[in-house]
Amino acid sequence: MLRMLLDAPDGFAGRTHLLYVASDKSPVPELNRLRSLGTDRIDVLGSTDDVLRRLDGLLTTATMGTRLYAAGSEGFVGRVVVIAVSHGIDHKSVLTEHSGSRARRVQCVHCKHITEDVTVSILECAGCGVLLFVRDHYSRRLAAFQGVCANAEDPSERPVPQEAYV
Amino acid sequence: MSPVAVSHKEEIRVRVDDVIVVADRVKRFRLAPVDKGQLPAFSGGAHITVMMDDGRRRIRNPYSLMSSPACTETYEISVLRVAESRGGSTYMHTRVSPGTELWITPPGNLFPIHQLARKHILIAGGIGITPFMAMTAQLSTLGHDFELHYAMRAEATGAYGKALKETYGDRVSLYRTSLGERIPLDDLLEERPLGTHVYVCGPERMIDSVLDSGRLAGWPQENLHCERFLPPPGGDPFTVRLARSELDVHVGEHESILEAVEAAGVNPPYLCRGGVCGQCETRVLSRDGVMDHNDHYLTAEERAAGQQLMICMSRFRGRQLTLDL
Repeated sequence: MLRMLLDAPDGFAGRTHLLYVASDKSPVPELNRLRSLGTDRIDVLGSTDDVLRRLDGLLTTATMGTRLYAAGSEGFVGRVVVIAVSHGIDHKSVLTEHSGSRARRVQCVHCKHITEDVTVSILECAGCGVLLFVRDHYSRRLAAFQGVCANAEDPSERPVPQEAYV
Repeated sequence: MSPVAVSHKEEIRVRVDDVIVVADRVKRFRLAPVDKGQLPAFSGGAHITVMMDDGRRRIRNPYSLMSSPACTETYEISVLRVAESRGGSTYMHTRVSPGTELWITPPGNLFPIHQLARKHILIAGGIGITPFMAMTAQLSTLGHDFELHYAMRAEATGAYGKALKETYGDRVSLYRTSLGERIPLDDLLEERPLGTHVYVCGPERMIDSVLDSGRLAGWPQENLHCERFLPPPGGDPFTVRLARSELDVHVGEHESILEAVEAAGVNPPYLCRGGVCGQCETRVLSRDGVMDHNDHYLTAEERAAGQQLMICMSRFRGRQLTLDL
């Protein structure tokens, strides 16, 4: 976003409302630079959930001509798109850029529990305890990859997790 | 939605069972199936291609279906008789009467309504009203929020203005351009809720101006829809070599490559015959000359590469052109 705002034509920043999830790890100089770009508004919030809630509120009164840009992890971008679609925005109209970790948001297809930031190919579902294999099957509606039982044939089997989505 | 090409085996025989003069130079034709009880189902925005044999050649013109998609007993189309007719509209106006049999293709839809839209703004100019006749019927049945803005030269030329106003009331706005009335495009596109979709059908200039206004107002292309129904432009005659058929085909001043190739007995796939659907995309095997791309399908990069040609609209100037047909 920093790069985009720096490269954008004159007047772009002045029409921009920026929502930013600041973690404890967010570097202070970058935050200061974001604040210096002349955006119309900037909200620095403490968590992804806070940012998504704020976005949801803003889109309720937004009109056509509002364009949405999302950059971040795959799970974050996916959840922004879900909110956009719930307000009538076509998912193809959201401009997105993946950055940072390739960690996946995974839905257990058995109990529907969602696990954030999954970096391994096999995990134990915190919802139902089933050992899940993370498929490449992505649901745009849920903004999540599908996790299916990894040892349905033979429950004694314990496949070894691989670090797959770093 | 990926459009499906028309296979020549699927052509349907219909009988014209009613012809009505609707407005100056506009006639409406009702088509009933001859061999079956029902015609194929369709959705608002769909078109058919009507085949007309004038003794010398077969003319194929696409027309929007204007009857309600709820009815498949008959189809209705409206035909504007154009002064510079390439044969089709004159044929429909002078040689087709109740009882005439015609062949048509099954419907294809390159201008469908967006089912997830929160609101639909339909913009029609002149005879461009026809797809919206079917669309308004469908949207009204579905209970969707829509408004129709319909520009016509004068009351007498605006087929269906009065009927639409009577059926849909405030949802329909009429503009008579002879009285200086214009569709207020900038106002129409302002302060619209997210999820609003615009559809435009009419003269080329109107379509371009709606699309430009939309882009300038920051609307994404996913929310801007248009249907163009331009005849293939004419130009100097030329000869095209069909490599697989081993034929040399002469393309006349007033015909397209597709029409000339069909007249020679070769039947490539097609759907819109207006340069938008992509079905008649044909590989160029060799050429010595310039291709005039008159379609809205190929990208600038594809045109520059010069490997493909949309034969329903595009022409050629030069020494030789060989196509993979």
